[in-house]
Amino acid sequence: MTNVINFIVAAVLSGTPLLFATTGEILTQRSGNLNLGVEGMMWLGAFAGFYTAYKTENPVLAVLAAFGLAAFGALIYAFLTVTMKANQNVTGLTLTTFGIGLSLVMGYAMIDSAGGAPKVSSELRASLAPADIPFLSDIPYVGKLLFQYNPLVYLGIAVAALSAVYLYRTRTGLNVRAVGENPSSADAAGINVTAAKYINILIGGGICGIGGAYMSLVTANGSWQPAGIVNGNGWIAVALVIFVSWNPAKAILGSFIFGAFNSLTNYIPASVVEIPKAFYQMLPFVLTTVVLIITSIRKSRENSQPAGCGINYFREER
Amino acid sequence: MPEHTITTKNAAREQAVRIVKRKELNTWKAVLLRAAAFVLALAAGGIFILMMGSNPLEAYAIIVKGAFVGSVRNPLSSIQATVIIAVPLLIVSLGLAFAFKMKFWNIGAEGQMIAGAIFASYFALRHSGMPHVLLLLTMFAAGAAGGGLWGLIPALFKVRFGTNETLFTLMLNYIALYFIKYLESGPWQGTKGFASIAQFDLNARLPNIGGVHAGWIVALMLVVLTYLYLNHSKHGYEISVVGESQATARYAGMNVRRIILRTMFISGAVCGIAGMIQVSGIDYTLSMGITGGVGFKGITVAWLAQLNPFVIAGITGIFSILEKGSGVLQSELGINAAMTGVLEGIILFFFLGCEFFIRYSFVFRKRRAKSS
Repeated sequence: MTNVINFIVAAVLSGTPLLFATTGEILTQRSGNLNLGVEGMMWLGAFAGFYTAYKTENPVLAVLAAFGLAAFGALIYAFLTVTMKANQNVTGLTLTTFGIGLSLVMGYAMIDSAGGAPKVSSELRASLAPADIPFLSDIPYVGKLLFQYNPLVYLGIAVAALSAVYLYRTRTGLNVRAVGENPSSADAAGINVTAAKYINILIGGGICGIGGAYMSLVTANGSWQPAGIVNGNGWIAVALVIFVSWNPAKAILGSFIFGAFNSLTNYIPASVVEIPKAFYQMLPFVLTTVVLIITSIRKSRENSQPAGCGINYFREER
Repeated sequence: MPEHTITTKNAAREQAVRIVKRKELNTWKAVLLRAAAFVLALAAGGIFILMMGSNPLEAYAIIVKGAFVGSVRNPLSSIQATVIIAVPLLIVSLGLAFAFKMKFWNIGAEGQMIAGAIFASYFALRHSGMPHVLLLLTMFAAGAAGGGLWGLIPALFKVRFGTNETLFTLMLNYIALYFIKYLESGPWQGTKGFASIAQFDLNARLPNIGGVHAGWIVALMLVVLTYLYLNHSKHGYEISVVGESQATARYAGMNVRRIILRTMFISGAVCGIAGMIQVSGIDYTLSMGITGGVGFKGITVAWLAQLNPFVIAGITGIFSILEKGSGVLQSELGINAAMTGVLEGIILFFFLGCEFFIRYSFVFRKRRAKSS
C-alpha cells in the first residue's frame, strides 16, 4: 500500500511540469497556432524563475517572472506568426533554439558571477516544500495522496481546471475555439481573430514557463544545473496535447499518467517483468502515436487537432 | 493573387493602410531585404552581447576567426572543423527540401537520421569483416533504406487515413531516439556495465579526403542531385504540383499517393544518409547524441532557403561558421558556446519577419502609393 501511494505521489510530482506545459500548449493550439517552442519557453521560465528566486527569495515573484519571460518568448512567436504570417513550425522551432540558448548563456553567466552552481536559499526551498495542512495532511494514506504536495502542484491543477472552464464554459473560450477551427468564419462572425490568437499564445506561453520554473526550483531542488533542467519535457508536453485530445481537463490525469512512466522503472522490480528502461521512456511517444492514428482512422474531429492549426490566417486571402 | 479592390462593405471604413499579397518581388530587391534583415539581426545580437558585458564587434570577429583560422601546426584545422559541422546539416536540409516542396511537414528528420544510423551501424558492428569499400557501400545503402522506411511510415498513414504528419513525424523522432538507448544497454552493449555501443572497426570508418571525412563529397554531390531532381525531372515536377494542389495533380492524372510515398521515402533516405555519415565518419559508434539537433535545425535552413539547394548550402555555411566560431567565445570572452543558439535564433527571427515584406506589400489610402 505504501508503495502504491509513493508511486502515485512520484507520478504527480514528475507530471506537474508536464501539466503546466500541456495546458499552455493547449491554449495556444486551440487558437489555431501550433507552437513548437514549448521546450524553449520552459527553459526561459526555468531560468527566469530560478534567477528571481535566487535574487529576491520570493517564490511568488519567481513564478511571475517565469510566466513573464516565457510569455515574452511567446510574444516573439505571436508577432511573427500572427502579424507577420511567418511559418508556424519554423518559428516555433526557432523559439526553442533561442530559448534554450538564452537560458544557457544567462545561466552560465550566473554561475560565473556566483563562483559555482548557484542555489536558492533554504527559506525559499521550504516555501516550495510539501504542504503540511493541519489535520488534512495527517489523515492516513489520503493525507499523503492528496494533501502533501508542494504548492505548485495545486497551482498546476487549478490552472488546468480554469483553462478547461475558460475554453468550454465561457463565451470567450467558445470564440477562441472557433478561431482555432475556422478563423475566417470566426472573423465574419465579428470575433477579433488577431486579439484572440495573441492573448492565447501569450498566456499559453507563460504557463509553459511556470512548468519550466517547476523544473529548476522543485525537480532540480533549487540548484542550477544547466545540463539537464528541462530535459525534453517540452516535447513530451507536445505529445501530451495530442494524448489528451486538446482538453485541459483531461490533461490533469494525462500528465500524471505520463509522469508515472518516469517513475515506473523504480517501482516494477526486474524480477517481475524485465523491461529495458528505454522502453518506459519511449512509452509516452508510442502511446501518443497510437492515439494520433486512432483518432485519424475514426475521423474524430472532436478529438483531433483544431483544423486551423498550422495555417496562418490572412483576411484578404480567400 | 491579384490585388483586391476595396469591397463595398468596408468602403466606408477603409483603413489607412492595407496589406496585400504581392506578385513576385524581383530578385535583387528580395536579396537586399534579406541582407538588411541579416545586418539588423547582427545588430540585435550585438546589443545582447553588449548587455553581457563584451564588445560585439570583437565577439563577431572572434567567431569568424574561430571558424576559419586554424592553429599554427595545422592552419586548416578550423575550416575542417567547420566543414564537419556543416556536412550533416547540409544533407538533412536537402532531404527535407523534398518533403517540404510537396508541403508535407516532415518534422521527423531527427528520427530518420537515427534510423539510418542504426541500420548502418548494424553492418558496422556485425559484418565488419566485409571488404572495406563493399562494407561502406552496404552501410550507405542501409542508412538510406533505414531513413527512407522511417519516413515512409507517417506517409503511409497520411495517404491512407489522413493522419497529421507534423505530429506523427515528431513522435517518431523520440521513438527512434529511445531505441538507441535500448540498444546501448541491450543487444548492442559494448562493455558490460556501460551503457554504450562499441567503437566501429577501422574497416567501417569513412576515409578522410582533404583532412575531412568523405561525407563532404557526398554532401556536395547531393546538392547538385537534389537540384536536378527537384527542378529538372518529371518526379520533381510532380512533387511541386502535388504541393500546390492535390486536386490539380489528381485531375492531371497523377498518382498522388504514389508520389507522396515515393517522395517521403527519398526525403527520409537522404536524412538517413546523414545518419550513416555521422556514425561512420565522426562518432565511429552509435550514441544518443548522434544528431546534435541537426534534424530540427535543418527544417529552419530548408525553409529559409525556400528549398533552393544552393541557397541551402549557403545558409548551412553561415550557421556552421556561427556554431564553430561560438565555441571560441568561451576561452576568449568568457561567453558560453550556447551563444550560438541565441545568435541563430535572432538571425532566424529577423529572416522570418523579413519574409513578410517580400510576400506582402502595403497599400496606402488615396492611392498615394499604390504599390511600392
